[in-house]
Amino acid sequence: MRVVIAEDSVLLREGLVRLLDGAGIQVVEAVGDADELLRAVADHEPDLVLLDVRMPPTHTDEGLRAALVIRRQWPTMAVLVLSQYVEERYASELLATETSGIGYLLKDRVADVGEFLAALRRVADGGTALDPEAVSQLLLRKRSDPLTRLSPRERQVLGLMAEGRSNAGVADALVVSESAVAKHVNNIFSKLDLPPADSDHRRVLAVLRFLKG
Amino acid sequence: MLATWPGPPAITTVVRMSTLVSRVLREPWTARPWRATTNLAVDVLIGLVASAVVLGLVALMAIFSTLAGSSFLGLLIPALNLTGPLRGWTLVLTIPLFSALLWCTVPCTAVQRWRVRVLLGTSVPSPPWSRPTLVFGLAGRESTWRQLVYHLFEGFFAAVGFTVTVGLWLGGPALLLSVFWAPWPEVPLLMLLGVVAFHLAPWVAVGTVRLDLARAVTLLGPSRRHQLAALSAQVETVVHSRADVIAAADAERRRIERDLHDGAQQRLVSLAMNLGMARLDLDDVPDHARRAIEEAHEEAKQALTELRDLVRGLYPAVLDERGLDAALSGISARSPVPVTLTVDLSGRASRTTEAVAYFVVSEALANVAKHSGASRVDVRVSRRDNMITVVVADDGRGGAEVAGAGLLGLAQRVGSIDGTLHVESPVGGPTVLTAELPCVS
Repeated sequence: MRVVIAEDSVLLREGLVRLLDGAGIQVVEAVGDADELLRAVADHEPDLVLLDVRMPPTHTDEGLRAALVIRRQWPTMAVLVLSQYVEERYASELLATETSGIGYLLKDRVADVGEFLAALRRVADGGTALDPEAVSQLLLRKRSDPLTRLSPRERQVLGLMAEGRSNAGVADALVVSESAVAKHVNNIFSKLDLPPADSDHRRVLAVLRFLKG
Repeated sequence: MLATWPGPPAITTVVRMSTLVSRVLREPWTARPWRATTNLAVDVLIGLVASAVVLGLVALMAIFSTLAGSSFLGLLIPALNLTGPLRGWTLVLTIPLFSALLWCTVPCTAVQRWRVRVLLGTSVPSPPWSRPTLVFGLAGRESTWRQLVYHLFEGFFAAVGFTVTVGLWLGGPALLLSVFWAPWPEVPLLMLLGVVAFHLAPWVAVGTVRLDLARAVTLLGPSRRHQLAALSAQVETVVHSRADVIAAADAERRRIERDLHDGAQQRLVSLAMNLGMARLDLDDVPDHARRAIEEAHEEAKQALTELRDLVRGLYPAVLDERGLDAALSGISARSPVPVTLTVDLSGRASRTTEAVAYFVVSEALANVAKHSGASRVDVRVSRRDNMITVVVADDGRGGAEVAGAGLLGLAQRVGSIDGTLHVESPVGGPTVLTAELPCVS
């Protein structure tokens, strides 16, 4: 896997390079701002772009805007956005185009190296990785009636599914059996009027599509 | 020097006769009434001179204008022409007299102000003098006419006040001397009257001076209209400087947020990441070392979460970038009590108003989580014309008071942009907090 990193903090940029190197992921270039990023992406056409939201020169949302440009120009390129804060509005903007190969995580998540690498690989494979914070914010905003029909446990499961987890992942997170999770998932689908599907990926897309309204 | 001239103390409760009597007996021997009397004497001198000047000028003007009038009439009816060849001059002379009348108010007023400042220790505020002016400018100022009235009558008032006061001062001892000249049966009564007069004198002196001061402030000071104008100018200045202070405080919060974001937060992320990587290869490390690294890793993550909450509480960057609606998602989703959020805003309000609205919701949700025991919170933000209304309602136990630290700070912050905060929280609930915030600041 070939990755381009955009992160303005040198400390963190080098740390991320080391982290990915250690996991056998090739970092083809690491840059410090959005313009450099777009140039590097055009140069290398990597499999995945790992980027920060706040970067020079304005330190506001140039990373996010760069991500949207990348998604438009290279629709199949995976993008994983990192940020000190996740915002529902940014998540919606990211998910507005195409929901495969998209990730949006709090920067804190890189501390749990194993989980972070798993999320990164999932995104590179066309999956999704949404931070639980983003999911809860999206759920808060999505107030159509079907969601209110879900039990608290089912909302929890839906949140974990939206993060991009498989049934096994959800079962791990909730410390329950996989069959229990499967039951919840089927309940969610029927309550949300979604046809049951067997693929994890299609399942997540369905959930996200629902979250986006 | 005395700053004010209080009269006798107001006696509203039980009168302590002994105190009162000793006060009355001591009063003639204190400095206050004598200073008042001195002031009255000086006032008489200045006042009589000024009144004489003003009266003289007015009288001359009256004479000349009568002559001018008659000479004007004389043009029509020759029999009424009293002045003959002088008629042209009468009219010409009236003008410098009129100017002198107006101009004499300037030095007279200056001297009277000086008297009040030196002898009464009070400075009479001057009416706004935009710039020195000619006679026409002087005539156009209503302060000139008020001063003229003051000087016209001050001599008379001062003379009356001074005469009464001095009469009492001197009359008292004079009556005491009645021993030498009055028939014996009348002596006790006359002596009693003398004592009363002598002890009445200080109070009359002080009272007269208070009237004098009131006249000076009313007629020599700025008019009500000018006072109001000065006051509203002050209010405007205060409003502006308050807005500046608020904007500066917000800017400072933004700066701190950015400093922490670019500094401490990045370092902590890097630290937590390094510890996370170290934790992956802990196979041949002694147990205690592994535990220490694991704990350090968890601590770093915890610190990161706490710092993030703190920094976001300072100023959410998304508030600037995407507005109030977007910023409210974050705090609402983080609230431990489930939130229903309804935002109906068109366009952006000012940065300050958005920040205040954000903090109202943020503080209200924190209070709900801490104190209310509620199971649900309903947050509604709407905009009508130039007013943003924020309503936070919970189904908790109520009993919240605006005097509480959190709500008081919130009320102050809302008040800083002329908004209003209303909290309805009967014991037993529910609590409804309503903030109305003007959009323009």
